[in-house]
Amino acid sequence: MKPVSIKLDQVSLVHANGQRAVNNISCEIGSGERVAIIGPSGAGKTTLLRVLATALRPSSGEIRILGKDPWRVSRTALRELRCRIGMVHQAPPIPPRQRVVTAVLAGRLGHWPLWKGLASLAYPVDIAGARRMLARMEIADKLFERCDRLSGGQMQRVGVARILYQQPDLLLTDEPVSAVDPALSDRVIGELNREASERGVTLVASLHAVDLALHWFPRIIGIRNGEIAFDLPPVRVTDAMLKDLYASESTVPTQGNEPLAMQPAGVRRKPLCS
Amino acid sequence: MRSEEAAVQVRDPAAVPRLMLSIAIIILLWPGFRLTEFDLGVLFDPRNREIMGKFIATFFPPEASADFLRLILKATLETLAIATAGMTLALLIAFPLALVVTRSLSISRIGPARGFAAGRFLRLPARFILMFFRSIPEIVWALLFVRAVGLGPAAGVLAIAVTYGGMLGKVYSEILESGDTRPTLALLEAGSGRLAAFCYGMWPVALPELVSYTVYRWECAVRASVIMGFVGAGGLGQLMELSMRMLNGGEVSAILLTFFLLVMLADAISAMLRKATA
Amino acid sequence: MRRIHWFILAALVAAIWASFAYLSLDLALLWTAESRSQMGRYIVSFFPPDVSGEYLVRIGHGTLETIAISAIGTALAAVLGLVLALPASGRFGAAPRAVTRLVLNFLRSIPELVWAALMVMAAGLGPFAGTLALALHTAGVIGRLFAETLENAPTEPAQALRLSGCRPALAFLYGTMPNVVPQLVAYSLYRWEINIRMAAILGVVGAGGLGQMLYFSLSLFQQQQALTVIIAMLLLVVIVDGASAWLRQRLVD
Repeated sequence: MKPVSIKLDQVSLVHANGQRAVNNISCEIGSGERVAIIGPSGAGKTTLLRVLATALRPSSGEIRILGKDPWRVSRTALRELRCRIGMVHQAPPIPPRQRVVTAVLAGRLGHWPLWKGLASLAYPVDIAGARRMLARMEIADKLFERCDRLSGGQMQRVGVARILYQQPDLLLTDEPVSAVDPALSDRVIGELNREASERGVTLVASLHAVDLALHWFPRIIGIRNGEIAFDLPPVRVTDAMLKDLYASESTVPTQGNEPLAMQPAGVRRKPLCS
Repeated sequence: MRSEEAAVQVRDPAAVPRLMLSIAIIILLWPGFRLTEFDLGVLFDPRNREIMGKFIATFFPPEASADFLRLILKATLETLAIATAGMTLALLIAFPLALVVTRSLSISRIGPARGFAAGRFLRLPARFILMFFRSIPEIVWALLFVRAVGLGPAAGVLAIAVTYGGMLGKVYSEILESGDTRPTLALLEAGSGRLAAFCYGMWPVALPELVSYTVYRWECAVRASVIMGFVGAGGLGQLMELSMRMLNGGEVSAILLTFFLLVMLADAISAMLRKATA
Repeated sequence: MRRIHWFILAALVAAIWASFAYLSLDLALLWTAESRSQMGRYIVSFFPPDVSGEYLVRIGHGTLETIAISAIGTALAAVLGLVLALPASGRFGAAPRAVTRLVLNFLRSIPELVWAALMVMAAGLGPFAGTLALALHTAGVIGRLFAETLENAPTEPAQALRLSGCRPALAFLYGTMPNVVPQLVAYSLYRWEINIRMAAILGVVGAGGLGQMLYFSLSLFQQQQALTVIIAMLLLVVIVDGASAWLRQRLVD
């Protein structure tokens, strides 16, 4: 039997203002699976990802990440668990004045001993490593640039490079390419998928562009009003389901807002490792 | 991995500038430690520690005998009186000088008239006097006046008068110039004198700001008059200097508490005054 | 004018009259022929300033000492302020926050000159006392500001690092510090500028620098040397003002 990476059992999360962002979600994601989460804005995708990243504690329900309940373990164990989880934010929370190289190296701070983290402040300890990850995002030339000199899309790619450098066992990405142009988005999502399948780790990505999700991921979870609307492989996600999922929005969002040619998914599929 | 990237060895371009900056800071600060005779050991020198220890141990409880409280009350009133009297004299110095240096009140500005050259020649020394008065810190003035008129509050009053006269004069003229000058100009062009132009054209516009700044300065003057006591210019500071010299911690802490209360009181009074005139 | 204005005006006049009466200040007494000539003699005795080479060398040393007092004092204050600002920003809970805020307020509300007088007792006459005095007072001022800066800094970067298993100390250094360092540096430099002026006069209670030279020369009735010191103080302040204005202009552009 394949080991389970994420297990949610009737998990709900109620915000302080009473809003129910995640409502009674149960699901299991196996180790090495690659899952895309889609749904209209405000559906609870980000909250769900933050629950998985152990940033938010569910109000009720059982949660197990990489075999552990993050809220029932010691602080040391929680820190060790968090070392194995990496999250890419839509707007990467990187101090604007930090240099790209530092921001990328910060990904592995959890694995480093204290002295190494301190030494890296004086002189970046692994410039080559940071550069390699940035090259995969095609921004190796920005290595020593300050982050506030980058565009939104470049920042997002720095965020992805940081998580690639972290090498976590669970990759969580929250709309990682919302500001990246379509052709590049495809490559970034491709790199994330390649990383996950090469190292055999789990990838959970929330995506705004439905075509990207259907194209790259073998499992699609549709979320609406904090609940799972469907949980299917892309070939079985139908036009009607998507229309239904995005009923609150005028169109089904795709890259560059091109009208989505709704064929059963997988048509545009390319080999994973080019 | 793409091979060409792994081959490139990159060095941090910021390393050298950073290193240089660090070295420069160390080179600049190092003689500073020598010049300031920096030696934390002095603080732990047994004899010093004993004296200081005894002194600080007596800080609590603050001295509260009726005699001493009467002394404190007297000194506090003296401090307030020094500040108030000093500010009054400062106003007397500042106002005429501010009127002289304020350019928008200049009659000669609107056209070549009688006194064009005289006006310019008067403004320059007035400006210089203001600058000279305010550039020397009040405590230095106090030191000088203590030698000129003797120990006691008179030196403090004069020191505040001179320093704050210089500050007020400069700021007054700035406030007057930054306000709406059109009414003044209209009056001047209609042939009115400087003083009349000031009273009817400028005064109403600038008054709230002038008052607010003066009140703020009075607050500073209260604090300054405490400090100036240390060089013998009367008030709470002089009392504290005396208590310190006698190593009487209880008195020092009582005076410090009074000082805090006084500063808070001055703060409250000035806030009230500003609100009432705003 | 409203009634309250008349009331305030009356109170003001009364306060001013009471002040002069309480101090038994008689300004007319300062203006008698005798005191005027005395004052005139006093002023004349300051001229000409002592510009002998030997004394100028001592002035130069005093100026350097003043700058050193301010620089070291401010540097110590920045370090101490940052150390105190960490708990004062609520990073370690509410109780340490309240306690350190109290400490910072205490340090701040005692004026530099009072600190200097206290430090002269603790460390003896000389520049070291002045350095400590500036460091203590400025630490209170800077610490409070640092604490506010830290409290207002965005928490997301450090939070994100902690969520990837980073130690809190490193998360602070990598996530929070880059956001606050520019402000900390700018404010420390600004305080340094203020402290140069303060260091010049702290000496009047024996804490080294130009102030101490002024105090000595006035005590020894060497007014000509005193005038030289005053001129040196003025020059120092003018130069610092000019330099900081120039630097600010450059940094803003």
